[in-house]
Amino acid sequence: MDKKKMLPKKRVLTLEQKEGLQGYIFISPWLFGLVTFMAGPLLFSLFASFTNYNITSRMDFIGLDNYIRMFTNDSLFWISLGNTLYFVAFSVPLTTIGAVLISVLMNQKVPGMRIFRTIYYLPAVLSGVGVYLLWMQLLSPNTGLINTILSWVGIQGPAWLFDPNWTKPAIIFMSLWKVGGSMLLYLASMQGVPQSLYEAAEMDGANPFRRFWHITLPMITPIIFFDVVTSTIGGFQVFQEAYVMTESGDGGPANSLVFFNLHMWNKAFEVFDMGYAMGMSWVLFVIIFILTFINLKLAPRWVHYEGGK
Amino acid sequence: MGIFNKNYYESVKVQKRISNSIILILLLLGSILLLSPIWWMFATSVKNMQEIMTYPPTFWPNEWNWSNYADTLEAAPFIRYTFNTLFLTGFAVFANTLSNSFIAYGFAKIRFKGREVLFAILLATMMLPAFVTMIPHYVMFAKLGWLNTYLPLIIPQFFGGAFFVFLLRQFFRTIPNELMEAAKIDGASHLYIWARIILPLSKPAIATVAIFTFNGAWNDFIGPLLYLNDESLYTLQIGLQVFKGQVSTQWNYLMAGSLMVLLPVIILFFIFQRYFIEGMNLTAGSKG
Repeated sequence: MDKKKMLPKKRVLTLEQKEGLQGYIFISPWLFGLVTFMAGPLLFSLFASFTNYNITSRMDFIGLDNYIRMFTNDSLFWISLGNTLYFVAFSVPLTTIGAVLISVLMNQKVPGMRIFRTIYYLPAVLSGVGVYLLWMQLLSPNTGLINTILSWVGIQGPAWLFDPNWTKPAIIFMSLWKVGGSMLLYLASMQGVPQSLYEAAEMDGANPFRRFWHITLPMITPIIFFDVVTSTIGGFQVFQEAYVMTESGDGGPANSLVFFNLHMWNKAFEVFDMGYAMGMSWVLFVIIFILTFINLKLAPRWVHYEGGK
Repeated sequence: MGIFNKNYYESVKVQKRISNSIILILLLLGSILLLSPIWWMFATSVKNMQEIMTYPPTFWPNEWNWSNYADTLEAAPFIRYTFNTLFLTGFAVFANTLSNSFIAYGFAKIRFKGREVLFAILLATMMLPAFVTMIPHYVMFAKLGWLNTYLPLIIPQFFGGAFFVFLLRQFFRTIPNELMEAAKIDGASHLYIWARIILPLSKPAIATVAIFTFNGAWNDFIGPLLYLNDESLYTLQIGLQVFKGQVSTQWNYLMAGSLMVLLPVIILFFIFQRYFIEGMNLTAGSKG
């Protein structure tokens, strides 16, 4: 009541406004985070990418110099971009196809399925340095598990992490082990496919393969789309594998594991060329944005939504 | 055709049995393939160096050197790292479940101007690669004098994460509004409704957030790598990484250390696997 007298012009909040205010109070932590941990840093990063910022004292505006240097005078920039594209181009399709195929198996009614699902999902929750060390051991050329198994079928396995031609395949191979995460997404959406569709198809004499191709696959395309978009974005951020699995994070033999983010990391935190590194991060953002945009544009051609759009 | 024929049913039955057997065999083979790395890690961790170097390698260790584990614990201060990691992980779980459920309630159950736009922004931030904000964050925390403290790893957790807000909002929206209305008529505030009605009804979703956060914080490598230099502050992941450099040829110690770091996650997974899997379904169902 007192406040109303002191501010005669301000109307009392309507019920709706009071409600709205409470809404803002509830989301205020996120709003605060958005400003301090997102918007502010992004603006700073964008500005700093046009300077020679090195965290201590220098921050002179140098225009497009960082970007020009990147494209014309840094061979590792192109190598790292190429390595990253290689990784994404193989790991995304392979893990997607793998996850879909496994989830088809998982979607059958056979005994013990709960246990199988648990086993297949387990690797997806394991990550961090322990897993990378494990894979370094599995991939060791002479005494590792993988080359041992290959030798049973008469194949002389490559030196994997020591052979520049095989370092990236090795990392892609490792990413296949963790296919369970996507598998679960597909399984969930497969279980949402109406049983009646299968029954109708069976009546028409469609074999299991045709049922998969004409019913299951179209029905799960929205999840495939989601998975492809997110795993592409994730794939472009590959970093830890290379950092942990190479000698002191140097990027492996013949720079074969210098990924974009590893190069950026070294520029930022090894030589403190931070303006340059922030420029690189914006290039990465633009690449991801363009690819996501292309994905979105291509989606209507193959993504099937129930009820038309 | 022979639908009314007895033979038809017989052949369908046989076909089913054959295809089921094939599926079972494939699944079994796949399981062996997926689990063998974990067995290999364990087997290596109890071998002696001589056995590790023999060719062809042994699948069943000739000799079980359990002392490798004690030696590994002695070779690096893993106990200390474990306490550090538990402290950080505990904070992360507490902060994330609290803040994300609070924020998600605002987005799910309160009407306000600009809600849809802000929610779209929230979803858009999920698309932003973490590396774009990493350097400015580092600069910011450096200027605040927070380097070599846990603050950069703890404080940001209190401001919500897009993915968890999204997940919880989807869940909260499935809780009928009638429950809230009744409480409102009795004069309950939103804070009360959030704490006493929504949270107790959302245990599976909150558990999902807690588990995912635990997993993320326990496995976090880049954060501690960036902000912690003092060995006494190291987490398990960083300790293990440094340990790798010190004993790079001693695979038994490295595998014993790795297994000890992964074990809590494996145990947690088997205890809460229902939530792990439900959590994924929750996100799958809502994004489709």
